[in-house]
Amino acid sequence: MAPKNPLEETFIEGEQSYASLDRAIGDIVLDQKRQPGLKWWVPFAIGFTLLQVMMLALTVLVFTGTGIWGINNPVGWGFAIINFVWWIGIGHAGTLISAILLLFRQQWRNSINRFAEAMTIFAVMCAGIFPLMHTGRPWVAYWLMPIGPDTLRMWPQFRSPLVWDVFAVSTYFTVSALFWFIGMIPDFATLRDRATKVFPKVAFGIVSMGWRGASRHWHRYEQAYLILAGLSTPLVLSVHSIVSLDFAVSLIPGWHATIFPPYFVAGAVYAGFAMVLTFAIPVRKWYALEHVITMKHIEWMAKIMLATGLFVFYGYLTEVFFAFYSGVEWERFMMMNRMTGPYWWAYWTLIFCNGLVPQILWSKKIRQNTAILFVVCMFVSIGMWLERFVIVVTSLHRDFLPSSWGMYFGTVWDWGLYLGTIGFFTFLMFLFMRFLPMINIFEVKELFSRMIGAKPASSPAVAKAEVGAHE
Amino acid sequence: MSEATMTHDSKVYGYLAEFESADGLLAAAKATHAEGYAKVEAYSPFPVHGVSEALGFHEAKVPWLIFVSGVAGAMAGIGLQWWTGSVDYPMNVGGRPNFAWPQFIPVTFECTVLFAAFGAVLGMLALNGLPRPNHPIFNGKRFELASQDRFFLCIESEDPKFEPTATRRFLETLNAHAVSEVRHDDED
Repeated sequence: MAPKNPLEETFIEGEQSYASLDRAIGDIVLDQKRQPGLKWWVPFAIGFTLLQVMMLALTVLVFTGTGIWGINNPVGWGFAIINFVWWIGIGHAGTLISAILLLFRQQWRNSINRFAEAMTIFAVMCAGIFPLMHTGRPWVAYWLMPIGPDTLRMWPQFRSPLVWDVFAVSTYFTVSALFWFIGMIPDFATLRDRATKVFPKVAFGIVSMGWRGASRHWHRYEQAYLILAGLSTPLVLSVHSIVSLDFAVSLIPGWHATIFPPYFVAGAVYAGFAMVLTFAIPVRKWYALEHVITMKHIEWMAKIMLATGLFVFYGYLTEVFFAFYSGVEWERFMMMNRMTGPYWWAYWTLIFCNGLVPQILWSKKIRQNTAILFVVCMFVSIGMWLERFVIVVTSLHRDFLPSSWGMYFGTVWDWGLYLGTIGFFTFLMFLFMRFLPMINIFEVKELFSRMIGAKPASSPAVAKAEVGAHE
Repeated sequence: MSEATMTHDSKVYGYLAEFESADGLLAAAKATHAEGYAKVEAYSPFPVHGVSEALGFHEAKVPWLIFVSGVAGAMAGIGLQWWTGSVDYPMNVGGRPNFAWPQFIPVTFECTVLFAAFGAVLGMLALNGLPRPNHPIFNGKRFELASQDRFFLCIESEDPKFEPTATRRFLETLNAHAVSEVRHDDED
């Protein structure tokens, strides 16, 4: 056996067996009575309602044009870019959990990776809506792709970060979806074999692709999965770095900064963990999964949030330092304008939400208190949204020429589309929880097999697993 | 005599031994390989480390396939940017070079990852012969547990050393929970 890792024993709590893990996770999908009733329907209905708001906002937008938004000169990048960066960032925690923690052999990731990967995919879907609509004519969005001179008589300008973004985000979505799907194939096979009704048996039979758990298949599967994780790790770093280059490559004060790529990536992970916790805290309770997503998971996610929050706070301090240290008049003005100009409230609320509130996570008592943790996550999500608001709006609204200064506020359609995507995300997440295995069953069982292998044979968990639940 | 006719029974896919633990499967795989059986496959609900190697399977095609796909992606990415910007439609932007390679790194990198990821997923599925909805092993007794909490080892009838009685007896010596015959579908 592998050397005993003292941490492994607390990742799955209580007296368990392979079969009990199958029941706890898999039967949520197969036995619809296991669904938590109103606790599923209420958030689903809220998500579905807001989804209709999104559809309305999109319809009006397509028929009228981006004039219904608050954007105008000098702020041409309002909510569309703020929300795009916010959503992409939220998605990054999923890849961090599933890929980077896999490479670091952090086995506690097994209970939360599926869930976080689903979040990644849905968040990127929400993110994609914004730049697509911001183009003004989404029906010719294919112009962004190198389709060829036969249709367009020109090519994309590959020296522009905005084109890099198209490649980065579309690759990120595709690779995340592949990673997610590949991870689910063995679980689909488990569900196929456990299903008693015809429809789930056939449906999971098709998507499981006839997986039979052969050792040669596992051998290739693990090779492919590990390398995919290795590919996803630089990918996730590249995606938010490229998103930050949309800003950093320009010459606008407050954007033109070398700290942007690492600072954006840290912010992405920070916001992403906040969103994972926002969903994990209630869901583990509603679905009785506290023995798989344990308090240890919750606490460690809180610690990662605290650590990345400190990176982000350091980024804010560095921005202030360099604005003054650079000696550039425009940079100094931009920073003073951020802190004391008409948007001072956004800047200081952001510092409060992202810089100060998470400091209470230094206390173990608070990390263990899911109610307070949930509230902290809300603060972080709001703070990270405000961060992008401050970056986008305060840099643009007062640029080099005072004659072109202006103010920017979102209109009802801006807010409608933003809240609508939150609904879209919630809608997709709750559908996912109902119809797909939200925790990676085979990885949790593998972890469990190592746990029982590392324990003395007399322990009750081993006895129970060996007797088995059959016959 | 009856044994001789059974060896020619083309309806038998193999003999299937069921185990209750991953360690039991690993030990059985080692013993089966040591006994000289070649057409053997182990089935488990999660990857059991060492089993494929114990059966003499050391393939590394998937990593190579991913590497080749990644290189192809990099070539495609840089080639696309070079050809469109320098050959097909050169555009002078502030006198900067048409082949501005540092500016081409992000798209080249993304194409590398995209191609490599498809190489990983499609390569893994193709080498595994998936999707394949039906397979004789699914006829095995209690084989539905192979994706849940039981571990199986099958010695296939195509194995040169396969011999119904002896093979069955051998499997029974491996501390298996049960040993049973797996048959091809009747209509085959």
